[in-house]
Amino acid sequence: MAVKDFIRERFFPHIWCAGCGHGIVLNSLLRAVESLGMSKNEIVMVSGIGCSSRISGYLDFHTLHTIHGRALAFATGVKLSRPELNLIVPMGDGDALAIGGNHFIHAARRNIDITAIVMNNRIYGMTGGQFSPLSGCGIMATTAPYATVDQGFDVVELSRAAGATFVARSTTYHVQQLTKLLREAILHEGFSVVEVLTQCPTYFGRRNKQGGAVEMMNWFKDHTTPVGSKAKAENPDLIERGIFVQKDLPEYCKAYDQVIERAQKGK
Amino acid sequence: MVEAQNKPKLKEHRINRAWCKGCGICVAFCPKNVLELDETDKAVAARPEDCIACKLCELRCPDLAIDIITE
Repeated sequence: MAVKDFIRERFFPHIWCAGCGHGIVLNSLLRAVESLGMSKNEIVMVSGIGCSSRISGYLDFHTLHTIHGRALAFATGVKLSRPELNLIVPMGDGDALAIGGNHFIHAARRNIDITAIVMNNRIYGMTGGQFSPLSGCGIMATTAPYATVDQGFDVVELSRAAGATFVARSTTYHVQQLTKLLREAILHEGFSVVEVLTQCPTYFGRRNKQGGAVEMMNWFKDHTTPVGSKAKAENPDLIERGIFVQKDLPEYCKAYDQVIERAQKGK
Repeated sequence: MVEAQNKPKLKEHRINRAWCKGCGICVAFCPKNVLELDETDKAVAARPEDCIACKLCELRCPDLAIDIITE
């Protein structure tokens, strides 16, 4: 199938701003799904609220546009009732780790077979540029006119500690790597997290004098490095990209099936 | 020579002007400087003869507005 067969063309052009990185995530995701040769009916996309969550409307899979921060909770329900389907849950940084922080760590802990994509633009775009738990320190935002004093989460470390069995990171500049990582995350059996550094030129870029979409993508190019590279050892400020965790542990639905089997045997 | 034959050859840049928002990502990151924004801020292939059909513009377009058609 061609990439365009996976989208709902009637809703295009989409609502995202010119240069918004979310469109690039959408683009990469389409290519990952296409390369897997999956049918639209095998995929369920569940999203919450925010700019990023609008993605579910544009894709012609089974889609659920649910409530703020609770996409993973809905997805858990879908997966438990129909474990044969592939669940993809794109979330914004605030949606995933502020409003939905608890759902996120517990989905990771259970190792349920869901692919979580954290589209991290370090800001709440839809509501006007408030800072998020991934903004980090010293960031200008509508709610931090004198810059933030909060430290940000590290999505990779958080996911690893919470028990996710596949954790990766890339950026909207590194589209080929991003497509590959999304593909591997979908194939992984267990809870997989892909953090994507994505640009919000409208709020984050403008307020923090980072320029437009092109300049922000160049920033991703200049400030990231492959996992375990020599450059990271020399410059600890660089952000690593690639696969951080990839391990096999019992998947939640499979483990639950065994419980059902045991229970049905009776005594 | 054999290698050259295996490389995809450009047929056309199919740019959806209704979807293009003129962000300039394709223009900035084209390794061969093929694309430009026209007077209405829409991407156009100004130098298609230089295109190596790497498809980086297509892959990075946030608006799914570019299709690189190869022979």
